[in-house]
Amino acid sequence: MAGPGRTGAIALERVTQRFPVPREDREFTAVQDVSLDVCAGEFVSIVGPSGCGKSTLLSLVAGLVPATSGRVTIDGQVVAGVNPRLGFVFQRDAIFPWKTVAQNVGLPLLFRGVNASSARPRVAEWIGRIGLTGFEHYHPYQLSGGMRKRVALAMTMVYEPEIVLMDEPFGALDVQTRNLMENDLLEIWAQLQRTVVFVTHDLEEAIALSDRIVVMTASPGRVKAVYPIDLPRPRSVTEIRFHPDFGRLYETIWKDLRDEVRVGYERSQKGLAG
Amino acid sequence: MATSGAKRASRAEIRVWRAVLLTSFLGLWEAATRWGWVDRFFVSQPTELAAQLGEWIWTGFIFRHLLVTMKETLIGFVLGTVLGVAIGFIFAHWETLAHVFDPLMVALNAMPRVVLAPLFILWFGLGLLSKVVMVISLVFFVVFFSTFTGLREVDRDLVNNARILGASPRHLIRHVLLPSALTWIFASLRTSVGFALIGAVVGEYLGSHEGMGYVISYAESMFNATGVLAGLIVLMAAVMVIDVALKRLDVRFSYWKPTRW
Repeated sequence: MAGPGRTGAIALERVTQRFPVPREDREFTAVQDVSLDVCAGEFVSIVGPSGCGKSTLLSLVAGLVPATSGRVTIDGQVVAGVNPRLGFVFQRDAIFPWKTVAQNVGLPLLFRGVNASSARPRVAEWIGRIGLTGFEHYHPYQLSGGMRKRVALAMTMVYEPEIVLMDEPFGALDVQTRNLMENDLLEIWAQLQRTVVFVTHDLEEAIALSDRIVVMTASPGRVKAVYPIDLPRPRSVTEIRFHPDFGRLYETIWKDLRDEVRVGYERSQKGLAG
Repeated sequence: MATSGAKRASRAEIRVWRAVLLTSFLGLWEAATRWGWVDRFFVSQPTELAAQLGEWIWTGFIFRHLLVTMKETLIGFVLGTVLGVAIGFIFAHWETLAHVFDPLMVALNAMPRVVLAPLFILWFGLGLLSKVVMVISLVFFVVFFSTFTGLREVDRDLVNNARILGASPRHLIRHVLLPSALTWIFASLRTSVGFALIGAVVGEYLGSHEGMGYVISYAESMFNATGVLAGLIVLMAAVMVIDVALKRLDVRFSYWKPTRW
């Protein structure tokens, strides 16, 4: 749980993000007037229909794109540009295909000027934690989807960022691999106590992992509701689903989410027709 | 045991077929000229060609000229490639620059360089320089366009991830942009080697006193079909040797890709 003096608190204050639509004289509002506080060490999930600007929120926090209006702060400091104190796990595994597992995991340390002799044990430790010992010299094309995801996770965790942003990281994995990865993530999170902002369209996943869930509206994305998840920790994602409160939470949040998903779906159908 | 239904010829089989094809072609050619179906004066004859090549090699005549052509090709190729990669990087980095120069690049590339050869000879003389410039003008555009495209095709997520992981602009070039553009650059190098040789030979052909282009041009002026064809065979062999070398280099840099064979 969040304690005083800890770092990694995120605050979004009335953040709006618009993009010009190519070849059309109009703008697309991805997120509108989003205000949200994430405490240091908290695990927050953002759910919403596809195209509601969930990923845009993460890009704003990461400093990859500047907000059109409003401001994003981390520990009170305004985000201006890419922030190397945080980590980002992308939807598709953004690992480097021309580097081996060990080189990939060690890359952020190399970028940060950590010398090779002190980097080596840290890299070995993280490769061990993700269960890829013996695969150090493999290239990504030789690994399964789940293994590549683990490499991406280790690459992000090895420099111990204060905040970890995750954009539907496990979306492309099969259910079993996914559950294993979710449990691994919870374990790592419990040990390191970092802030995690987790974007997903899977409500079950969000409930199983999070301290709080933010429901977004269909585009333009606004915060519709925020739900605290008071299920006991430590959790196992496979077992927490049988907790008596799980169904109740799912039902409550799904009622909110359902309407937005429907609006988003109808709009995408219209978009296809038009 | 074969896993798929479709049967694939083994390497040995492929080699045998290649040999069969080549021998029957040469045999047919030899027969046609020997029995007078076609005039030897126009198309020469495999045995005559072999004799000519043998003489060139024996006397060392051909090596002097081949060396000149290779020197021009290599210098022009290296300079053109370095220039193409460098300008490709600069334009990919400063997009405004790319937009400003876009029509110029397209226009210059559309210009038939071969026709420019006499101008280059006029400007840079009969020696090495005019041929090197000719080669550069051919190689540069191929390499430039593929470097530029290669850099634009770089996965945005990879670039963003590298930035978040703490990469400096230099790190970004060294660990992300260059490796990812190398695939495109290598693909273009194998095309541009052919172009480089064409540039050098055409330059020599139009105005020079040494090199393979000169040898061919001289044979032509003597109505010596054997000399022309023997010159072409030497060039062909040279390109094939260079291509094998480049292929090896490509494999050396593509260790991280699944093999397709």
